[in-house]
Amino acid sequence: MAHPLDLLGGLLLVAGAAFLLFGGLGLVRMPDVFNRIQAGTKATTLGTLLSLAGMACLRPEWGLKLLLIGLFILFTNPISSQVLARAAHRTGAEKTVKTSVDRLAEDTGEAP
Amino acid sequence: MAKAREIALLFATLFLFWGMLNGSLAQDVLGVGLVAALVIAVLFRDGLAVLSEFRATPRAFFAAARYLPYFLKELVKSNLALAAIVLAPDLPVNPGIVKVRTRLKSRMGRLLLANSITLTPGTLTVELDGEWLYIHWVTVESTDIEAATASIVAGFERYLEVMYG
Amino acid sequence: MAEALIHLAATLAGIAFLLALYRFFRGPSAADRVIAFDVLTIVAITGIVLVAFVEGRGIYLDVALIYALLSFLGVIAVARYLERGL
Repeated sequence: MAHPLDLLGGLLLVAGAAFLLFGGLGLVRMPDVFNRIQAGTKATTLGTLLSLAGMACLRPEWGLKLLLIGLFILFTNPISSQVLARAAHRTGAEKTVKTSVDRLAEDTGEAP
Repeated sequence: MAKAREIALLFATLFLFWGMLNGSLAQDVLGVGLVAALVIAVLFRDGLAVLSEFRATPRAFFAAARYLPYFLKELVKSNLALAAIVLAPDLPVNPGIVKVRTRLKSRMGRLLLANSITLTPGTLTVELDGEWLYIHWVTVESTDIEAATASIVAGFERYLEVMYG
Repeated sequence: MAEALIHLAATLAGIAFLLALYRFFRGPSAADRVIAFDVLTIVAITGIVLVAFVEGRGIYLDVALIYALLSFLGVIAVARYLERGL
């Protein structure tokens, strides 16, 4: 078990899980839906990529399939969050009072 | 001629993914994949702009090779910044939606730009409208279109411009 | 050593799952629940990969891949519904 690659894999897995945790924390702490989407997407994308890389170190024979999962998440995660953010904005989701500017609402003529 | 090239590219990509999914070089597995990839490539030859709009010049490949590490670096940076915000007791955010402009013309270039922006420091693409992008920014530094464009868009556009135009 | 690290990773992912679950039930808007659901799925993918390792069964990775695919389509579908339905 003391193989250096095993150790690296374990550490990458822990780092990945830590970012997942930050994502979860951001989801709970952030003040409005847009900030939550930001926290949710970014942290979970990197977290998953790190976890998958860690697993690829532990089980190199799974490497290709893990790479495929990673590529898929890297490509689809931002798309789904953009579509969701757009839907939230179009349906008039509430923005935190800290929000300083909303050019989109100005341009589409909604109340800011 | 252009069509044959697109079909070939799509076929090669599909076959590569089939190989990765199966992780096997057995003849029957490869045979099934070969037929399936070919059929899909012929039927859906217009469907994959990520390949057909790629310029496939040496400069474009070079830009793609430099784009990837730059993107990964930004992704890590953005996560560390976000972790710092989430862990800070007073939650230091100054969110807002700003407007930026891109020089990119192709659909795929714009999509990759929007995706890249979403995964990098504090920014999330909310709406695409032609050359205009509306970006939700966790810590707004500038509401000016030119300044925001320079800080959010320019870094990626440099590479994507060469790759997709 | 590696075993302890995997336990630690599973624990952290578990806490992330609970936090996302809190947001899922708390809402308040539908978009909040959808992003919470998205995060739940992504965390679950790491979970599935960990289970695949512990059980030593590579076939679970296919489950993770399909799960990621379905979650993506699900989020897009719900977002579309929100735009048209409300």
